Amino acid sequence: MTITDTAPVPATRTAEGKPRRTRPARGGMLLGVLAWLIGILFVLPVLWMVLTSFHSEADAGTNPPAIAAPLTLQGYREFFGASTGTSPWPSLLNSITASVLSTVLVLLLAIPAAYALSIRPVRKWTDVLFFFLSTKMLPVVAGLLPIYLFAQKVHLLDNIWLLIVFYTSMNLPIAVWMMRSFLAEVPVEILEAAAVDGAGLIRTLRQVVAPVVMPGIAATSLICFIFSWNELLFARVLTATVAQTAPVFLTGFVTSQGLFLAKVCAAAVVVSLPVIIAGFAAQDKLVQGLSLGAVK
Amino acid sequence: MSVAAEETSRRQHAAEAARPDGALRRSSDWARRAPLLPALIFIIIVTQLPFLVTLVISFMNWNAYYPDEIGFAGFANFRRVFTDANMRDSVVTTIILTAAVVLVSLFLGLIIALLLDRKFMGRGAVRTMMITPFLVVPVAAALLWKHALYNPEYGLLNGAITALWRLFGSDNPPQPDWISQTPLISIEVALIWQWTPFMMLILLAGLQSRPLDVIEAARIDGAGTWQIFRYLTFPHLRQYLELGALLGSIYIVQNFDAVFVITSGGLGTANLPYTIYQTFYNAHDYGRASAAGVVVVLGTIIIATLALRTVSSLFREESR
Repeated sequence: MTITDTAPVPATRTAEGKPRRTRPARGGMLLGVLAWLIGILFVLPVLWMVLTSFHSEADAGTNPPAIAAPLTLQGYREFFGASTGTSPWPSLLNSITASVLSTVLVLLLAIPAAYALSIRPVRKWTDVLFFFLSTKMLPVVAGLLPIYLFAQKVHLLDNIWLLIVFYTSMNLPIAVWMMRSFLAEVPVEILEAAAVDGAGLIRTLRQVVAPVVMPGIAATSLICFIFSWNELLFARVLTATVAQTAPVFLTGFVTSQGLFLAKVCAAAVVVSLPVIIAGFAAQDKLVQGLSLGAVK
Repeated sequence: MSVAAEETSRRQHAAEAARPDGALRRSSDWARRAPLLPALIFIIIVTQLPFLVTLVISFMNWNAYYPDEIGFAGFANFRRVFTDANMRDSVVTTIILTAAVVLVSLFLGLIIALLLDRKFMGRGAVRTMMITPFLVVPVAAALLWKHALYNPEYGLLNGAITALWRLFGSDNPPQPDWISQTPLISIEVALIWQWTPFMMLILLAGLQSRPLDVIEAARIDGAGTWQIFRYLTFPHLRQYLELGALLGSIYIVQNFDAVFVITSGGLGTANLPYTIYQTFYNAHDYGRASAAGVVVVLGTIIIATLALRTVSSLFREESR
């Protein structure tokens, strides 16, 4: 993917290089090299994490680092409980359940809401839109205690459904904003024409709405999935042994346990993998989601 | 929001013209609102209601260890938030942490966005490399920095220093204990590494929405690169810089993961979210935790109001 794909670029952009061509090319090349160096510097810790995860514990703990050490899956075997017997699978499955189900719930609530804010807008729809946004700006930590006390009272502590409901509310504003900006691109005139022509609802949805909206739904789901997957504070407070999620499992590695670097890196790789995949899949819509739809 | 409002009223007029009857119109209003209601009710119950409860508890004397002493406390909790040394320190820490991370990552993000806005070989690859830090799960990223990079014995930083010193024939390289010596900076660097990609993405989107014909015209008229940046690019980027700074602040004020993992709030790095977590989860002082929560909210409201204003000006521009 190239960058120019992501923005509606005016045709003049292709002409941009022309005046520059008269200047010496060396400065441009140096800036290109600089960009590469910075890029490598930023990706280096991630590459180091992946490389270390494939080293043996003895090779991972050397100083200076043993870069060319032989590769092994020992770190991964240890992470999956080869010697301790504690498997990360229950927490990984909890994370998958919480992230997927909350994303589905978010879409079920956000799509109709976005429809009422774009295609057939209610009065003062911009006020409603900004109300959703303002809820996202309320620090979640301020609502933590009442939710905890409520959960304690109704015996919902350590229950994955509590997290699902909370993650739904956490992502709903983002989803409403994103879905609204996608639905706003649906050609309303065509919808009206289709209604006049007597095209059925299903057919209109399939042939007019879906092609515009499906990529938007995909991007919105991926971003909601990422945010739910990453969440730590609520998961840590509201769950214990049964419903703990992958980030909570990772907090078990906060204190050093002797030679365990390869295991920690393997854990970080496994838990980050779904987000990295989802993130690259949603790459060109990532900004839109993170900026709550303010930037396209 | 005049343009948006016009658009709304245009659509509403069209709808009203079709149904002149008042009763019918009212029912059609409700038909319009119906799809909105589930989301609206849900968000009010799950996000607004708990905050109201927090507000109530913040005026109460309530510690779970002393269940007999629950009662009204007036402003006592708030007084303790601002007089208690730990709480006050965590307010200061939160401000320093947020400001440092936002400003540095915004500056780095701007430079990288400017570099990436030019054509060069492998631009897509560099962009992908730049995004990667943002896609590492925050807890995993904090673990990575704590154990694989900062660790004084086998971390990559000290490992690289050793390798470099050996290259020049020295056998006793400095091996600083990064986290103990500079705890807050250690957390800041890890967060800057994760947030620079975010700033870069927003600023790059801003750069690419520049009116290039104007820039082209300025260049033909003989404007230099610096002049174009100073008088055309920068003013256009301003609102994107604001947006990045404000959204970044909102996210980083709430940061819990990095503080929890890298220092566990020790060595003077406890920020407000961490202190609230501790006051409530370990000390079970519900009243004081709630008062601190209210303080965080009041602090964020200032940033949030500015953020909402920036978003709405971008929003107006987009719907123009």
